Amino acid sequence: MKILVCIKQVPGTSKVDIDEETGVLKRDGVESKINPYDLYAIETALWASEKTNGSVTAITMGPPQAEQIIREAYMMGVDEGCLVTDRKFAGADVLATAYTLSQAVRALGEFDLIICGKQTTDGDTAQVGPALAEFLGMAHVAWVSSIDSIDDHGIIVEQDLSDTTETVKLCYPCLITVEKDIMQPRLPSYRKKLTSSEKPVKRLTLEDFYDHNPENYGLNGSATKVERIFPPEAHVEQVIMEGDGEELAQRLVSLILERKFI
Amino acid sequence: MSRLEINYALCDGCGTCADSCPFSAIEIVGGKVEFNAACKLCKICVKACPKDAIVYTESEMKSVDKSKWKGIMVYVEHTDGKIHPITIELIGKARELACKMKQTVQCIFIGSNIEKQAEKLLEYGADMVYVYDHESLTYFRSDIYADVFEDCIKNVMPSVVLVGGTSVGRSLAPRLSTRFRTGLTADCTYLDVRENSDLIQVRPAFGGNIMAQIITPSARPQFATVRYKVMDKANHVAHPTGKIIVKKLPDGINSAIQIVNVINKEKKPSISDADIIVAGGRGLKNKNDLSILEELAEALGGQLAVTRPLVEAGWTDYTRQIGLSGRTVKPRLIITCGISGAIQFAACMNASDCIIAINKDKNAPIFKIAHYGVVGDLYEILPSMLDRLKRKEQVI
Repeated sequence: MKILVCIKQVPGTSKVDIDEETGVLKRDGVESKINPYDLYAIETALWASEKTNGSVTAITMGPPQAEQIIREAYMMGVDEGCLVTDRKFAGADVLATAYTLSQAVRALGEFDLIICGKQTTDGDTAQVGPALAEFLGMAHVAWVSSIDSIDDHGIIVEQDLSDTTETVKLCYPCLITVEKDIMQPRLPSYRKKLTSSEKPVKRLTLEDFYDHNPENYGLNGSATKVERIFPPEAHVEQVIMEGDGEELAQRLVSLILERKFI
Repeated sequence: MSRLEINYALCDGCGTCADSCPFSAIEIVGGKVEFNAACKLCKICVKACPKDAIVYTESEMKSVDKSKWKGIMVYVEHTDGKIHPITIELIGKARELACKMKQTVQCIFIGSNIEKQAEKLLEYGADMVYVYDHESLTYFRSDIYADVFEDCIKNVMPSVVLVGGTSVGRSLAPRLSTRFRTGLTADCTYLDVRENSDLIQVRPAFGGNIMAQIITPSARPQFATVRYKVMDKANHVAHPTGKIIVKKLPDGINSAIQIVNVINKEKKPSISDADIIVAGGRGLKNKNDLSILEELAEALGGQLAVTRPLVEAGWTDYTRQIGLSGRTVKPRLIITCGISGAIQFAACMNASDCIIAINKDKNAPIFKIAHYGVVGDLYEILPSMLDRLKRKEQVI
């Protein structure tokens, strides 16, 4: 069985400042890391491949330095890795990102099961997984919290919805997005680090795709446009209280009683 | 195609552009400027270049006949026919947008044995409720629900589609927006509409303290998801005038997903439904100190909530987490204790009626959104508040 896991490199911290005068983003010296939710996806993929005697390919789309997270995936035990990178992919929204990934998946061959993390910590949209499934014309189940069984024919998973937990059966090919804590991600292994240090990471660019038209990728292939970015607004009316603890406590309790919160 | 080009007649390879790039997407290699795939075409480098050597060229936009797409469609979220309150909030917003556009509010209701429930939507001012009622639609399955939703959109051609930012909505909306090759903006905190029917969507972006204003300028329909408790509920209308339209299932639809079992989760009181919340953040020194907050919450008849780092540290479970990766709350009163107020948190509670923020650092961003900013030590203030509240009880 062939399993694909989609991962992304994200900023190591979510702390980003904006220069209020120029409106310029300040991201000084921010390190990058693998999206934490993707570790659960990698673990699930490795587990599924062990159960079915399959293989796991990890794919990521990003700048050349995103190769690092493929190396990390190798250290966890992933068999093959692929970096999708091209300047023409720059500025992609959900639609263009999912389309690019779908073209990359087609270039890599057929997969039975595709696994994504529930969302990324930088975009926080949770949309690319289902959008990719749509482009590939396969069924998807999001928010998978556990896997009941898996074999060469299909997979039975539990889907965590707000009021219910649904157990559903899917046939291949299909895509699932997995919740945090579905499985405890294994740590990178030192031995695997040594054995994979020379292992190649396949690179795919626009040239390798079936659809070569640059208009369908990056900013041009995006349906949404960011018009402007700005710092969040502050409330207008404000009361600032300072003083010692006793005095502040007394003012707060009076306020709560006056405004009839209790 | 839109792109950035360097005019080497002007460029002296100074590297200002590389330093200005927030995404580390520019490198100077042998005096040449190279952009890599991290480039978001944000054009910050264009402004930063002291020689005006970076040129941005935009390609022609694809076009769509916007006049063919009319009305605001709301996806009705429900469990077994019981309508989720997010739907009423979406109808409220849709009504407001529809009034500006002089268009209608349309609901799409997918399920089984739901026709009766559809009447309720009319009471909140929906103009049309399209009902797809069939046994095979009893439980949410992304593929078959998307097929039905697609049928409705093709027939009705709404300009805007609003979907709740719930587990179901966030799984369903991207399938649909992709099928129509159009835009989807997740977790909008503000929506408005222009005369040309472009939806103005605002959401927290780049995982940081920044809001982004997003439009879908050349595709229809425009999809947006909105989180629970961000918009105001629609008002009841005294004399509903809307219509229920029962639709037939499109031919040949089939699901690749087979339902094995469905368990109703035990309904725990959720912080999303709380009227009063006491929330703790990294200003707390250790896990046991949460009990002070819990006691205060109890004394106020409210609930305890926390920020993401506390959940990650294992102090309490994620059902109590406020934030983009947790829950959105809109209580009558929220008291934040030792919370600095990062956007991921603030965006999910700043619609609260009254925000009291307690923090030692008077420069903490939480004070920008607080109605009452209390600069002080929570370890002095909270025990004294508890004491006073208890004494009040005795007097009563």
